[in-house]
Amino acid sequence: MSDLIEDDAKGDNAPEFSVTELSGAIKRVIEGEFGHVRLRGEIGRVARPRSGHLYLDLKDDRSVIAGVIWKGVAARLTTQPEEGMEVIATGRITTFGGQSKYQIVIEDIQPAGQGALMAMLEKRKKKLAAEGLFEDAHKRELPFLPDVIGVVTSPSGAVIRDILHRLRERFPRKVLIWPVAVQGAACAPEVVRAIRGFNALTPGGAVPRPDVLIVARGGGSIEDLWGFNEEEVARAAFASEIPLISAVGHETDTTLIDFVSDRRAPTPSAAAEIAVPVRMDLLAWVDGQSSRLVRALTGLVSQRGQRLRDLSRAMPRAERLLDGPRQRLDTWADRLPAALVRSVQLRRVRLSDSAGGLRPGLLRRAVQSDARRLRDTAARMNLHALRADLRRRNTDLDKISRRFHAAAQRQAEDWRKRLDATERLRETLGYEATLARGYVVVWGDGQVQTRKASAEKASMLELQFADGRMRIGGRAPARKAKRSDDTPPEQGSLL
Amino acid sequence: MSDKPVGEMSFEEAMAALEKVVGDLERGDVPLEQSIKLYERGAELKKRCEEKLKEAEEKVAAITLDGDGNPVGTKPVEGQ
Repeated sequence: MSDLIEDDAKGDNAPEFSVTELSGAIKRVIEGEFGHVRLRGEIGRVARPRSGHLYLDLKDDRSVIAGVIWKGVAARLTTQPEEGMEVIATGRITTFGGQSKYQIVIEDIQPAGQGALMAMLEKRKKKLAAEGLFEDAHKRELPFLPDVIGVVTSPSGAVIRDILHRLRERFPRKVLIWPVAVQGAACAPEVVRAIRGFNALTPGGAVPRPDVLIVARGGGSIEDLWGFNEEEVARAAFASEIPLISAVGHETDTTLIDFVSDRRAPTPSAAAEIAVPVRMDLLAWVDGQSSRLVRALTGLVSQRGQRLRDLSRAMPRAERLLDGPRQRLDTWADRLPAALVRSVQLRRVRLSDSAGGLRPGLLRRAVQSDARRLRDTAARMNLHALRADLRRRNTDLDKISRRFHAAAQRQAEDWRKRLDATERLRETLGYEATLARGYVVVWGDGQVQTRKASAEKASMLELQFADGRMRIGGRAPARKAKRSDDTPPEQGSLL
Repeated sequence: MSDKPVGEMSFEEAMAALEKVVGDLERGDVPLEQSIKLYERGAELKKRCEEKLKEAEEKVAAITLDGDGNPVGTKPVEGQ
């Protein structure tokens, strides 16, 4: 009972540990308890020092556990840890007494479930797509009939058997198998090596270089197929100069290599179908072409023969060809002599018509008629008659000129008498006759002055007597002078 | 017509050439002289095609690898 009361002494009874002892005890407990654990978490920081060991953190939303992957293990890992990756790490917990720490020593690391793997695959796909590795422009045409087919797959198992079987059915070919592991860590590097190895073969070498490659694997889980999702495999397939058919998994499985291969086959058997045509079909095709060839030529020849026959039938017989012309010749030949005769006759009639009137008498009559007309005219052309006519006209002219002379003289005398009488009358009626009786005519400035007033105004006066004129003085000059005296003052005022 | 000798043609080339020859001949508008040449060429092409089809030999071999995974030769694969 007293033991129950002596609580305060309890600690005194507990054994004392040294730090190392306790540290060792903890190590024993922890490593004994957690000698094999599977730890799920997200990978945090990853460090890869020179040593080749790999240090990383595994965490969830609240805690962190440090982890280490020793060098030898790290090299074997199928999945290389990357920051942010959701993984399940398998290993054991150890403590590190020197620093009061514990950590997990990881033996294997796997992506945590399909989700994580798919996310990784998507990431790789995006990356390669961004580089243009999936573009159709890079896809190679497959040979129609390859001589040698290279198959990269497991040498045992259903896949190669299916491929060979299908090839044999369609078109037996030479097949070279490059054996590889189709799952596990070795898968990706071996497939890469196989693709590169086939490409490295020289055409015509000891080992024939394939004309087409098939990379095949049967169906499996995404983890099984994972090797074909590795970037290096995809890059090797892309770099392959030999056209490459990928056939990995079942139709629904799509791996990274399918995006870069030149053709993707849903199954390995389908890959064989893509690789070679069906031989029997081709033989049938060749036979078909061959018979078409014969038929075409025969047809061509017989068609031409038929045409030749048709044409020759349509060609008239030679005799028939000549019948018409010959008949025409006969007709015309018959008509020829008659035509000649008739032609001559026609001309003769025209000649005799024209020549009929052509007689000497006709000409003579014409000449005689012309001569008669000449004689008549010449007879009328008489100088004697002309002279008598001239004399008669002269006599007529003499008579007329004498009558004219007499008439003219009478007329002239008559006019003189009438002139004398008129002159006498004029002399008696004129003022000049009165001058002789003592009258005088006064002229002033060329005018007859009949009034005193006008005579006083005249500048000069003349008296006309019967025997002449006499000038007498007048006032005219004085008036002229006076007028010139009057003018200057008026002009002077101007000055 | 390509200038490549028929004997060097691949099956596919011979096939395409044969198809063309047959087509030309069937159109029937080639001169008789040429049609005979065409026919002869067609026969030659057909022979070539058949030759290529006769080469249907199955031979399966596996690459043998050394310890480092390098190819060292082939060995026949039987019984597949």
